Amino acid sequence: MSGTELKGDLTDAAILSAISSGSENGMAALYDRYSAVVYSVALRVLGDTGAAEDVLQEVFLQLWRNPKLFDPSRGGLGPWLAVVARHRAIDGLRKRRPETDIADLVVSVEFDMAGDAERARAIEKVKDTLSSMSSVQRQALELAYFEGLSHSEIAARTGEPLGTIKTRIRSGLLALRKACTT
Amino acid sequence: MSVHEQFAADLALHALGALEGEERLALEEHLEDCASCRRELEQLRGDTALLALSAAGPAPPSRARQRLLMAVSREPRQAPVAKRRWWTLAPWVAAAALALALVVVWVQKSDLERRMASFERESARQLTELQRAREVVSTLTATDAMRVTLVVAKARPQPQGKAIYVRNRSSLIFLASNFQQLPSKKAYELWLIPASGAPIPAGVFKPDLRGSATVINPPLPAGVEAKAFAITVEPESGSSQPTTPVLMIGTGE
Repeated sequence: MSGTELKGDLTDAAILSAISSGSENGMAALYDRYSAVVYSVALRVLGDTGAAEDVLQEVFLQLWRNPKLFDPSRGGLGPWLAVVARHRAIDGLRKRRPETDIADLVVSVEFDMAGDAERARAIEKVKDTLSSMSSVQRQALELAYFEGLSHSEIAARTGEPLGTIKTRIRSGLLALRKACTT
Repeated sequence: MSVHEQFAADLALHALGALEGEERLALEEHLEDCASCRRELEQLRGDTALLALSAAGPAPPSRARQRLLMAVSREPRQAPVAKRRWWTLAPWVAAAALALALVVVWVQKSDLERRMASFERESARQLTELQRAREVVSTLTATDAMRVTLVVAKARPQPQGKAIYVRNRSSLIFLASNFQQLPSKKAYELWLIPASGAPIPAGVFKPDLRGSATVINPPLPAGVEAKAFAITVEPESGSSQPTTPVLMIGTGE
């Protein structure tokens, strides 16, 4: 791969292929596209800019060292990076060794996060959907996702039955899916 | 709904890593066998990625890009080997492959010879056992065999049945002697009386002119514990349940 700058309109597959053949510019293009998503989720979980930056470095470097960790036939690159970043941040929050092998994290999404415009639209839809939920449902989702609490911890925190927590989390995720695929 | 109802809510929690304990173990076990739940889990993980978008806003500090690219340049990766002119190595690769193949063939040949010898020994042993078993069975079932029931001197020989049952093999041999002849279209039926439940048919037989008969390995359900064996008179096609009073019965010795 030559040293020319990779343009912003490349597909994720083209960027990944550049990274696989050892292109540092491929990594730069990947960073420019997804660093904000990866960093913001890590920051929201960890609440510390330095720790969030470390997660950002780790997630991108892992893909550089082994691009085969991500299997493009099984989902989108952007959502996969977001899921991996969140896992690593939760591991950091709980001061534990990584629990999940990231090669096993298969993420299936029907919407596209590669384009700036699509990403901005998806962000808007997600924020709208969350704000239209009841505060207790939003809280259950956020405690699980950003604080890494288990369902029994959420039930203890909110004083609600386990079954209610389970139902709220499932219907909340399905509402997000529906909002972003229509 | 494509997902199994009882796991639907647990799948969403598992996608978030929020399921724990026995519920998590049960779900993971189910996921190993259920492709539709695996697909749903992958979709739910995609949905959790949407939650990540709700945190969007803050951009990483500009130094982070520099830091990553410096780290990347410190860890250059070699271009894939496939891009080298591989054909220049072809003769060496071919020679090495041939040498390796010869070694493999030699090792496999020795191994095969050893296994053949072992099979031959095993086969000879089984043949001897089979021969012995055939001799036993042919003596038991031979039509020209002399069957003698010893009774107390001067007493009249009584009808007698002998059942030999091996429960864990569901194997049954029954020997009858001194049985009375039956009208045509009637036969004796042997019953296995289980420790609980209804009698199980264990073979229909008609005695020969000397009153003898054998039943060898009738079809039986696996591993049934027998409390007793009994005999009734039934139509010669056999009955699924006794239809006449029990003529003879015996419990285990």
